[in-house]
Amino acid sequence: MSDVTRTADRPERLTGETSEGAQELTRRIDTASDQLGREVGSVLRLDGVTLDPREVDYERDDDETMIINMGPAHPSTHGVLRLMLELDGEFVLRTKVVIGYLHTGMEKTGETLSYVQGATNVTRMDYLSPVINELSYSLTIEKLLGVQIPERATWIRMLMSELNRVSSHLVWMATNGMDLGSTSMMIYGLRERELILAFFEKTAGLRLNLNYVRPGGVAADLPDGWEDDIEVICNTIEERTYEYDQLLTGQPILRNRLIGVGAITAEEALALSLTGPLLRSTGVPWDLRRSMPYLAYDQVDFDVIVGTYGDNFDRYAIRLNEIRESIRIVRQCVEKMPAGDYRSQDPKVTPPPRARIGESMEALIHHFKLFTEGFHVPAGEVYSAVESPRGEIGCYMVSDGGPKPYRIHVRAPSFTNLQAMPLLMRGASVSDAITMISTVDPVLGEVDR
Amino acid sequence: MIPLPPLAPPAVLVDEALACDVACFPTPEQYLDLVAAFKDDGFEMCVDVCGVDYLEHAERALPEGVAPTRFEVVVNLLSLSKKQRVRVRVQAGTESPRVESLFHIYPGTEAPERETFDMFGILFDGHPDLTRILMPEDWEGHPLRKDYGVGHVPIQFKEAPGPR
Repeated sequence: MSDVTRTADRPERLTGETSEGAQELTRRIDTASDQLGREVGSVLRLDGVTLDPREVDYERDDDETMIINMGPAHPSTHGVLRLMLELDGEFVLRTKVVIGYLHTGMEKTGETLSYVQGATNVTRMDYLSPVINELSYSLTIEKLLGVQIPERATWIRMLMSELNRVSSHLVWMATNGMDLGSTSMMIYGLRERELILAFFEKTAGLRLNLNYVRPGGVAADLPDGWEDDIEVICNTIEERTYEYDQLLTGQPILRNRLIGVGAITAEEALALSLTGPLLRSTGVPWDLRRSMPYLAYDQVDFDVIVGTYGDNFDRYAIRLNEIRESIRIVRQCVEKMPAGDYRSQDPKVTPPPRARIGESMEALIHHFKLFTEGFHVPAGEVYSAVESPRGEIGCYMVSDGGPKPYRIHVRAPSFTNLQAMPLLMRGASVSDAITMISTVDPVLGEVDR
Repeated sequence: MIPLPPLAPPAVLVDEALACDVACFPTPEQYLDLVAAFKDDGFEMCVDVCGVDYLEHAERALPEGVAPTRFEVVVNLLSLSKKQRVRVRVQAGTESPRVESLFHIYPGTEAPERETFDMFGILFDGHPDLTRILMPEDWEGHPLRKDYGVGHVPIQFKEAPGPR
């Protein structure tokens, strides 16, 4: 065993280059000026907001600054996000986001799975809002197939996605509280989320990666007594959001750390393709549920929460109030839930019920075909987008007429939203950098896919 | 059916068959001008850029006059003021695919274009930092190309390798 070389004996292993090479932040001397410009957040070539990279600390000497790594294993990066920061003392000069540590090739995997199996794949992308992932995937396939889904399925989908939005925002409230030092919020947020996850388990059989929304409808009808469960969930969480108000919203430490920190303007947000709470915090009232309604969102009453300053506090307030709005929608879903089928009865899409298989040859054939080969989808290219808790999640699908998607691309909101990072970080202190990561709310499963 | 913006370059092909999903098919020369014209016409946001490798599906439906190539770059634009979407599909080439970068029109395409480069090897001229984004820097090949194998883990105690 004497030929084993310990890492400590090989200092180059500790200080040497990592494999990321050109993806990493380099020293100022080795950085071209447009590259430097992007890393200080001046990606924008817009009138009025253009930042000339030469004006931004360009003359600064290399030995005045320090490049440090934050992540990929830093607890405040909400996963495996790696930020390379150039610091002048406490303050951030340049930022570079290095991602890909959770890349599992889900888009490639999606090409080898049939349309039915594919839902299990997409649900694992944004693991905090699985229902909404499945929804965008299913809507895309239904658009290609031209299948009409029953009224009840539409409303169940809406109910579940709003519950999912609440649970996702609750996790955000929890982790954001944790990042800002309010550890009790961590416990409260996860406690309330548990109510929703328990309901998910009761409905779909699973807590997290539900595979509940499927092409043609949903996997199962709502369980008996679901109205009462929803009533309890809504009442409890709504009441507790006011407790969060007492705990956090008025709290001076939290306010000081959020108000006026990380502000962006509407022009910047639009140019960087930011969507979701990030865009709405700048005052742009863009919510796909309202602006380009899908499902039955045009039949429910809710407000689109919009901020003014585009700072961290606006993003906090938007998410907190969106919980309340989602609960409003959930209540209306309970009220208006129509009777009927929970999935399309088209035998090409939906497997026959178990009881029919024993008595009908046709049902047996359909069942066999669906679970071996899957259904064929007409050739074509479609894109459809829905509003996830983090912004626009879209699915672009190319079908060649076979039972598997030829190409499936997911437009992940967190992936695009991360582009705001250098802009938000510039000039902030490292402790504010943590709040910035938190309020952008990236889910790394979705960023890397 | 969305009319082309007033400043669009002449003779851009539009697919009129799909009313819900309007797609324009500019040539690589028209591509940048067309996207810029759309931006002037109120399409404030470039939602998404992605690539498609049509190696095994070359006979796809395209309007007459578009010469299909193996790689295609798909750009989804969104107008917040008009509440409309439009899709621009440009044929990027077969052997060494490359198109112009949209970075200087829409800075938000920086990461999606890098991803498209990483996954398909499509080069974007004028992109400020065309490096790999999801795969490690020293990775060989572009995983979402159709001739890139899926890879499989051999199953123990089974003689035949699995289907994937």
